[in-house]
Amino acid sequence: MSAPKTLFQKVWERHEVVPETADTPAVLFIDLHLIHEVTTPQAFTILRERGLAVRRPDLTLGTMDHSTPTRTEQVFGGQAFTIASAANQVRQLETNCTEFGVELMNLTSDKRGIVHVIGPELGATQPGKTIVCGDSHTSTHGAFGALAFGIGTTEVGHVLATQCLLQTRAKTLAITVSGKLRPGVSAKDLVLAIIGKIGVGGGTGHVIEFRGEAIRALNMDERMTVCNMSIEAGARAGMVAPDETTFAYLKGRPRAPQGADWDRAVADWRTLVTDPGATFDREVAVDASSIEPMVTWGTHPGMVAAVSGNVPATSDDPVFSRALEYMGFTAGQKLSGSPVNVVFIGSCTNSRLSDLRAAAGVLKGRHIAAGVQMLVVPGSQQIKKLAEAEGLDRIFTDAGAEWRESGCSMCLGMNGDTVGKGQYSLSTSNRNFEGRQGVGARTLLASPLTAAASAVRGVITDPRELMQDR
Amino acid sequence: MEPIQSITSRTVVLPRTDIDTDQIIPARFLRTTSREGLGKQLFADWRYLPDGLPNPDFELNKPAAEGCKVLVGGRNFGCGSSREHAPWALLDHGILAVISSEFADIFRSNALKNGLVPVMVDDTTLQWLIANPGVEVTVDLATSTLQLPGGRLVAFPLEPFARYCLMQGVDQLGYLLSKNTAITAYEKRRA
Repeated sequence: MSAPKTLFQKVWERHEVVPETADTPAVLFIDLHLIHEVTTPQAFTILRERGLAVRRPDLTLGTMDHSTPTRTEQVFGGQAFTIASAANQVRQLETNCTEFGVELMNLTSDKRGIVHVIGPELGATQPGKTIVCGDSHTSTHGAFGALAFGIGTTEVGHVLATQCLLQTRAKTLAITVSGKLRPGVSAKDLVLAIIGKIGVGGGTGHVIEFRGEAIRALNMDERMTVCNMSIEAGARAGMVAPDETTFAYLKGRPRAPQGADWDRAVADWRTLVTDPGATFDREVAVDASSIEPMVTWGTHPGMVAAVSGNVPATSDDPVFSRALEYMGFTAGQKLSGSPVNVVFIGSCTNSRLSDLRAAAGVLKGRHIAAGVQMLVVPGSQQIKKLAEAEGLDRIFTDAGAEWRESGCSMCLGMNGDTVGKGQYSLSTSNRNFEGRQGVGARTLLASPLTAAASAVRGVITDPRELMQDR
Repeated sequence: MEPIQSITSRTVVLPRTDIDTDQIIPARFLRTTSREGLGKQLFADWRYLPDGLPNPDFELNKPAAEGCKVLVGGRNFGCGSSREHAPWALLDHGILAVISSEFADIFRSNALKNGLVPVMVDDTTLQWLIANPGVEVTVDLATSTLQLPGGRLVAFPLEPFARYCLMQGVDQLGYLLSKNTAITAYEKRRA
């Protein structure tokens, strides 16, 4: 019998074209390469300069999401993009995909969406695959038991040309989450609490495997939220071993295996678990039942506290006072009741159907507070359609929110959807760095429930206060 | 990529931890299709005042920072996004090495592929460098050492393959392309 292995080790070993040696990194085969308009133009330039083709267009899939407008008249009405350089980047991607024979979900495609939303939605994301993209939130796909991580543009060129990457094996970190999340506490709160515990560099050099009963109880949307933010703890990737929840999600999706292939695939996927007795380089334990709705108060995702709590009175973080100054907060101040100007529900972290349902559940029959701007941006055109079929769009617009076409939008504001200087943005996205949502913008990261509740009150609000009568 | 043997320079110090890639180059400058000329957008929101003039208080704008090729930053340098525009912007500005006590994985990988040397040192050395901005240091690749004033040497980790690529000016795509036979065999085995 061979030695017990971790899930990461199993997926890694399946993809070694040339194993790692003392002098050279491993050559690792990539099963799915997702591309978008922002981090690929310079990679295609390298291919052109060197006269290279895309080795496996069949394993490459393009979408446009970061720079694309979310206003319907700009997506479908032919109205010009607000930002000319964004339009140019989108045109460049179209040219590159046409010239190199890569499938592209273009601006008006009903399959277009955020790159980390459409991969799973199409069933292209599968257990045991290696998945890369020139985007750090590629870690999202690890929710399916794939090894998925973000790469730079030079590496995008490597994968386009060879379908392989040079990689050294990461260390492993087990995060075991016991207990059960309480009502009103979501996967976003869980992952924010984990980042608060281990720190924004706590996972550096490691691949995290999320384990334990609280992880098993999460649906796929929730597992994606958790794995998505692995990178905010510095981890190379996050993974969850596939199980019945995973298989049920994938079954029947257009790019999932069909018929006899499906049965064979599931039988194989069942082996993708960490063997009993396998060891991790590090282990961390978390109790889900002690977690509350969380919100960030600073300028990185590790600066986080319970919504019912306070900004810390002191901190040994050397950027503590600078973060407070940027955020306009004082040490020790109470978080709930602090004003909110903008609410953003969207991004690859929290823009899936269950996120929209959660937010709509709070907003139904209510109106957002005067002076608050609220943007709801579904993760994909498919999600938009499904949400509209349920009437969620009407709940949002009746509440006074704007309902947009899919894309990354206000998560990083590349398309012009930005937050103004000094404004407080309660956002379901993943990064609260200085200027992330616009120059001088102050981002407060939280769950869709907390975002919706805070939109209604116009101040940071524990969602449970608005859920008691539901 | 130009071969690099060693870098000798005075340091410019950014005494902050967790300097993320959104600070190194904000997202609104990623709407380019080129990798050239990003140096003027390096640390844009820290470096320029709202009217577009240089912020005289920002470390990189001070006269002493002129010509510095080595940047010292706090722990967890380069966290956040995968944007390779971050090392491109640093290099275009003239920074050839960054010293920190910890680098984010993707930033480090991107830096090595572009000839920007990530020099990871212990916290004591980092704190000394932060407390003594502008000292002359030498980053030597053959020995993977950082030489401090007075001649003290501090080793930093550098994988043999990365060192070879930096010192020879080799780009890694050529190496990957040379593995074509193994890649084809793997594809056949998996099909």
